[in-house]
Amino acid sequence: MDLLLGAVVLGVLLGCFYAAVSVGLSVSFGLLDVPHVAHPAFLVLASYGVYQLNESYDIDPLLAGLAITPLFFLFGLLAYRVYYETFEKRGSDAAVRGIAFFFGIAFIIEVLIILHFGVDQRSVSATYIGKSWRFGEFRIPIRQLVAFAVALGLTVLLAVYLSKTFMGRAIRAVAQDEEALRLMGANPVRIKQFAFGIATAVLGIAGALLIIVAPVEPTLDRAYIGRTFCVVVMAGLGSISGTLIAAIILGVAESIVLTMFGASWAPAISFAMLLGVLAVRPQGLLGR
Amino acid sequence: MTKHRHTIAFWAGVVVFLVAVLSMTQIVRNEYPFFAGYVILQFIALAVAWSILGGYAGYVNFGTNAFFGVGVYTAVALFKATGAPLVVQIAVAAVVGMALGFGVGLLTLRMRGIFFSIATIALAIIIETFVMNWRFVGGAAGIQIQRPPVMAPFDSYVKMLFFVQALLAVTAVAIARYIQNSRIGRGLQALRDDELAAECTGVPTLKLKLVACMISGALISAAGAPAAMYLQYADPSSAFNLSYSVSALAMALIGGTAHWIGPVLGAILLGSTQQLLAVTISSEVNVLVLGIMLVLFVVGAPKGIIGLLRPRYRLRAGGKP
Repeated sequence: MDLLLGAVVLGVLLGCFYAAVSVGLSVSFGLLDVPHVAHPAFLVLASYGVYQLNESYDIDPLLAGLAITPLFFLFGLLAYRVYYETFEKRGSDAAVRGIAFFFGIAFIIEVLIILHFGVDQRSVSATYIGKSWRFGEFRIPIRQLVAFAVALGLTVLLAVYLSKTFMGRAIRAVAQDEEALRLMGANPVRIKQFAFGIATAVLGIAGALLIIVAPVEPTLDRAYIGRTFCVVVMAGLGSISGTLIAAIILGVAESIVLTMFGASWAPAISFAMLLGVLAVRPQGLLGR
Repeated sequence: MTKHRHTIAFWAGVVVFLVAVLSMTQIVRNEYPFFAGYVILQFIALAVAWSILGGYAGYVNFGTNAFFGVGVYTAVALFKATGAPLVVQIAVAAVVGMALGFGVGLLTLRMRGIFFSIATIALAIIIETFVMNWRFVGGAAGIQIQRPPVMAPFDSYVKMLFFVQALLAVTAVAIARYIQNSRIGRGLQALRDDELAAECTGVPTLKLKLVACMISGALISAAGAPAAMYLQYADPSSAFNLSYSVSALAMALIGGTAHWIGPVLGAILLGSTQQLLAVTISSEVNVLVLGIMLVLFVVGAPKGIIGLLRPRYRLRAGGKP
């Protein structure tokens, strides 16, 4: 029983972390409808950026994540620009080629990381990594608590930004009715580009959390395709509060399966849940 | 009348090609060309098979590796259990691939766009996880395969596999060509352009997609079946490697998916480039070249190589909606 309780607690911590890595996709795919398969590849790329800063200048991983955030924002602006000019503007079979486009980008990032850093696992060093708190039977690694706190803060911050600020509301408006916004004199493309920039910028911090939680390797993005899309689809497209709930469900499910059946089944869980949701309730748990 | 003449020309070409391949196995002594050629032929089969669903119907399948890996492991399990000959392994792999295609189709073909694509990745990973936990075929560690004695008229197993893969590639091309010119192909193209409109005008869209998914799956699994014999080894992470999915998709899109010749061109061009690069540089650079070419073509030449070669085609097929 204690084992199960421990699994649930760790699952909730893990789930909040999953929310942080998925929340950007919830904006880019959920709200803006961009088939962003390269989201997890950008995430892993951010982790390697954090690793590099930590390794060369001994900067705290979280600060390093914050430092690369502006870079990722620009990255996002550029990526959306290219996507818009080549696919969205032309219409017709844009979706098919758009998916292939991001799939190609993901692969290019993966290979560039391999060529530069090699295939070995990389990890960061910080004072809170390696220690853990003991609660009776089970222990909680402090690295997971740090990731949990920051992830929760990040997700809530983004949710507040999207619902309370002017720009955030504009982003939600453009997702709902682009034409109406255009008629009101706003430029939907610029709003979407800005939103995509935000969605990518968030990955700076999320990438730091990824490498804080566990060592990273270049092909890690493949496992996160399942996790991030599972969370976003389960949440109901574009729902930020749903993202948090869906992510916690995934985290707990993974943690329990891991405890009961062992690690060899772990990669399939998020994908199996995703398939289940797509087959049974494609509008997501909290979808309209 | 011209259609009839095209068919004669096509089959004449096929016979010439197969005779050339067969005599090459009898004349050339060095094994390396067959080793490299096998991979290119395998890519032709994969790219052409992918384009039946991905190109004609516009459903971007990321799960080529699932069907490929299932082909590999059907052959491995069958060989280990019964010692069945290669022909039987391929035939059973094709049947299993077709059944898998049916199952995958039923589950996923109602999904559109990215949802379908992600679902196919999901299936690949789930199947890979099962194989990793399957002791009989070696689990995650993989399994060593002993090649049986080679059959006449071949004097080495690699040459025989080369010929077998040539047959598979030709079969895939012939089937893709047949589909393209048949009612199935026209129906698939109609639903690719506008699924709702196609459905409304009486095209049985789901049935057509299922058929396409089954044929595509059977061909990919069949092309994968000899891979264990070729490498004398099989393990889940290589058999289900995502790079099979990128390769098949990239080669088909780069060649152009509007005509069966597109994937063939793409596979020959990229496959041979990769073989050269793998020898001269490294396998990572291969994937990089593949990725960059994919992105460049998708952005700059949406109709692929055949679109560049036949500008008049672009007017006919791309044109105004």
